[in-house]
Amino acid sequence: MGNNGKRDKAWTKNDKIFLGMLIPVLILFFCFNTLPLLKGFYYGLTNYRGYGDYDFVGLRNFADLFTDLRVGKSYLFTFKYAVVMTIAVNVISLILALGLNRQIRGKSALRGIYFVPNILGGLVVGYIFSFIFTYILPAVGEATGIGFLQNSMLASSKTAWIAIVIVGAWQGIAMNTIIYISGLQTVPEEVYEAGMIDGVSGWKKFRTLTFPLILPFFSINLVLCMKNALMVFDQIMSLTKGGPSQSTESISYLIYNNGMSGGQFGFQSANAFVFFLVIVIISFMQMKFLGGKEEQL
Amino acid sequence: MGKNNREGAVGGKTVNRIINILLALGCLTILFPLYMTVIIAFKKPSEMTNDVAGALAFPSNWNFDNFVEAMKVTDFWRSLGNSLLLTGVTVIICILLHSLAGYVIGRKMARHKIFKTSYFYIVSGMFVPFAVLMMPLVKQTSQIGLANRAGVILLYVVFFMPMNILLYAGYLKNIPIALEEAACVDGASVWQTYWKIIFPNMKPMHATVAVLTAMSTWNDVMTPLVIMSGSDVNTLPLAQLNFQSQFGTNYNLAFASYLLALLPIMIFYIICQKQIINGVVNGAVK
Repeated sequence: MGNNGKRDKAWTKNDKIFLGMLIPVLILFFCFNTLPLLKGFYYGLTNYRGYGDYDFVGLRNFADLFTDLRVGKSYLFTFKYAVVMTIAVNVISLILALGLNRQIRGKSALRGIYFVPNILGGLVVGYIFSFIFTYILPAVGEATGIGFLQNSMLASSKTAWIAIVIVGAWQGIAMNTIIYISGLQTVPEEVYEAGMIDGVSGWKKFRTLTFPLILPFFSINLVLCMKNALMVFDQIMSLTKGGPSQSTESISYLIYNNGMSGGQFGFQSANAFVFFLVIVIISFMQMKFLGGKEEQL
Repeated sequence: MGKNNREGAVGGKTVNRIINILLALGCLTILFPLYMTVIIAFKKPSEMTNDVAGALAFPSNWNFDNFVEAMKVTDFWRSLGNSLLLTGVTVIICILLHSLAGYVIGRKMARHKIFKTSYFYIVSGMFVPFAVLMMPLVKQTSQIGLANRAGVILLYVVFFMPMNILLYAGYLKNIPIALEEAACVDGASVWQTYWKIIFPNMKPMHATVAVLTAMSTWNDVMTPLVIMSGSDVNTLPLAQLNFQSQFGTNYNLAFASYLLALLPIMIFYIICQKQIINGVVNGAVK
């Protein structure tokens, strides 16, 4: 240790004390983060049901993942959800942030209210919206004669995912709006003044002046929103439990449901490990893509 | 108000007024579900007619029967106690341990490779969702007798470590190294220097970490759900999940319970709104 890097200097007594404090932290992190990840891969190689004996089955679980319809459906749902969420949340929150950043009445109160959904737990929010989807909206549809509202969105496998997007967006917009506002506040006034002199206004002003300057915040929001959406769980638990006919099973929910109590411990461990790889690949792609874009400015 | 736009936006007053109205109307999408929750929580089942007005009109009298009943059904005080305990202990341990770890790693990163490697090793843990580790962790914690509140706290401490170490190590750049060197000359040990000089100087970051950790812990369902399943220990959100069947079709009781579950964090938000928003923004932007 300590003799392999060019920047490494001799180990002083002080360095050793620091190393002594570092090691327990590393052990703790390894035991409850890296070790379970490795164990997950190991369980993925077995036909373990969560109890009793088990045998090694090699990579069969991993191969089966690609032909398993339910797993395929859950990936499809999760990605559809994540992409729609990311686009919807970012568009709406950017518009909100632009409005909330103007010189308006009751600005801080409005900002305070728009942030509220972010602090509330996804599970309880899901239960509240579940009532809206099941009773309020159909009743509104009934009263106004709007056909598509008359049946609960949650009852049809065609619309249930939209209901989950609505609830997810209701909560996600709060967070992204606040981040966009803090981004807009970093834009110096001179930039707009210069733009005014050049006669740039409206959409063009936003596209050529504002947006490039808040691009780092756009990146943060994209990554955060995508990451949260890919892990969607609480809303599924309270709104649909994966139904109707498994149309809203997210990957997290499937791992929980079938892995913990469905006797598929080994198979879902393989699923979880592949999910981990997918998250890593997406994160790297996002960083590469967005990082490259920022440099062009 | 009425001053020129700070952004120098075109349009001026009229445009701002329209935006103002639109934003106020937009607030209704936030306030409506909350209003509905309060209204239904106070009503009797007999007041719930099948039309929208029936569900949304004011209750005939505001009484707290539903809340009393909901508290009994969901064992509210115990669930609240557990949530407070889990969140409180997790936040305290995270601040003490992660700030120290962030300091240890951040200060020596440039000097020795092992610290830099450790930094990237721990921070890369952000890529690992809990769902991925869930099944092995359930086995692991029950094997070593940690399928309980202590285990959940331990998992939180490990799970929030990547984010918090990133934040603390980043913040360290604001604290001049000369401060420590001066203390060292005065004969203070590393341990004393840390607690007397560095720890108090990281105060703004403690606030950010506390907010982020507390919010994630308070609202988390998955960890206590899988780790403490089988025990009768509930957190506030977990109680809503576990007693869902007991509410049956009594939505008034259910909504009273939801409102009770939302109330603590709402009160907390009203008191420290600024700190919470700052914490969330700092955590995301840094």
